[in-house]
Amino acid sequence: MSGTPLQFRDPEQARAMSATLNRLVAQLDRPVAVMHVCGSHEQAIAKFGLRSTFPKALDVIMGPGCPVCVTDVPEVDEGVLLARQGLRIATYGDMLRVPGTVQSLADAQADGAKIDIIYGPKQAVEIARNTTEEVVLFASGFETTAVATAAVILDDPPPNFSVLSTHKYIPPVMEIVAEMPGSRIEGFLAAGHAAVITGSAVFEPFVERNRVPVVIAGFEPLDILAGLVELVELILAKTPKVVNAFPRCVTREGNLAAQEQLWRVFRPIGGRWRGIAHVPNGNLRLRDEFAHVDARKRFTIDLPSLWDFAPPALARQCICGDIMAGIRNPRDCRLFDRECVPENPIGACMVSNEGTCKIWHLYGGVPDLEASA
Amino acid sequence: MCLGVPGRVIDVREFIATVDFWGVRKDVSLAIVDEPVAPGDYILNHVGFAIRRIPPESVQETLALYELLLAMGDDGDLMTTDVRAEIEGTA
Repeated sequence: MSGTPLQFRDPEQARAMSATLNRLVAQLDRPVAVMHVCGSHEQAIAKFGLRSTFPKALDVIMGPGCPVCVTDVPEVDEGVLLARQGLRIATYGDMLRVPGTVQSLADAQADGAKIDIIYGPKQAVEIARNTTEEVVLFASGFETTAVATAAVILDDPPPNFSVLSTHKYIPPVMEIVAEMPGSRIEGFLAAGHAAVITGSAVFEPFVERNRVPVVIAGFEPLDILAGLVELVELILAKTPKVVNAFPRCVTREGNLAAQEQLWRVFRPIGGRWRGIAHVPNGNLRLRDEFAHVDARKRFTIDLPSLWDFAPPALARQCICGDIMAGIRNPRDCRLFDRECVPENPIGACMVSNEGTCKIWHLYGGVPDLEASA
Repeated sequence: MCLGVPGRVIDVREFIATVDFWGVRKDVSLAIVDEPVAPGDYILNHVGFAIRRIPPESVQETLALYELLLAMGDDGDLMTTDVRAEIEGTA
């Protein structure tokens, strides 16, 4: 698949946009790095060979945009422990093989635990309705997915249904990455479909505090190019602000009804993102009113009982965290495409279709421009 | 994934819509969409929930990327696989 030719709906426009991007970066006259925080953006960039059209001085880095990848080790452990207690765990397919301290959910399943792969939270509720067993939704994902979890919690689920929330909230982690020592990131490209829910306004306080521009972009190659043009223009003009380059989908306010449900059910708390850092307000947990649906409140989860085992030695060499922070890329990892491949992932970034390592494994990461031209 | 998938609404029963995604019909919750949705409308689906009603003037533009991805029809491709999984509910 790595040999896919460039396919644009409007090659003429793509060429013009690419020329503009090159001209703007030349005008800047220095290397510049920007970050996007969305696995689908990285997929599109890699799939359509966009990096081969970027100016050499422009580094477009994938940040912590893969929810499965940033689900922390102890969070996986919580799911594994509940599964080992005999509870049924319902979760998304790409969560299955994400390593915990000792086991992944797939390992627990191989040991006899009951794990159901679901496509959406409603399916987990359906499973609960059709059994007397306790069913726990291992709920991963960013705010877009958390809204769906909130909706099923508000829709009177059966008493044997509960939620282990590992949901994460994107805006706070952007602050962390922007403030990291040695961070070269001068602008962010935000994911269009997440902003459908939150609206572009969610990034305004971030821009105010960090003086770094944010551009919301769609997923077509042309959308991404247009977003980057906008972003480099803002960097050139030294005018940090939020620009919505995806107005056919995103409004300033976003979906207020969805936001109301999200914040009625969840509250942001600080917590670790795998490999990155403690992120203040980066985790979404159930509010106290929903303790009856909160697996952490309903069941005993004795994490230290798992930690009697030593973690696998290879995992300590994984640099997934640095990759998601934009400090290093998969090629800098000793394990990438050697010990660590999608069939046998060592780190979370090789598990999910949205992980930088898996995307680079499949599409080849930074293409050789001259060779593919 | 953060890519929602558009589909055409066939039928609406209170808070559930039957939606057609390139021939695959699925029930989609309308619990979080912020506008009234009627048969013939297009919505953007994420994990079984409509997160947006797509304005009629944006429908063709929105469909284009997905048509391209589905037409490529490569089973090993991540984007195509993710879109198919979202359509078929096999994520």
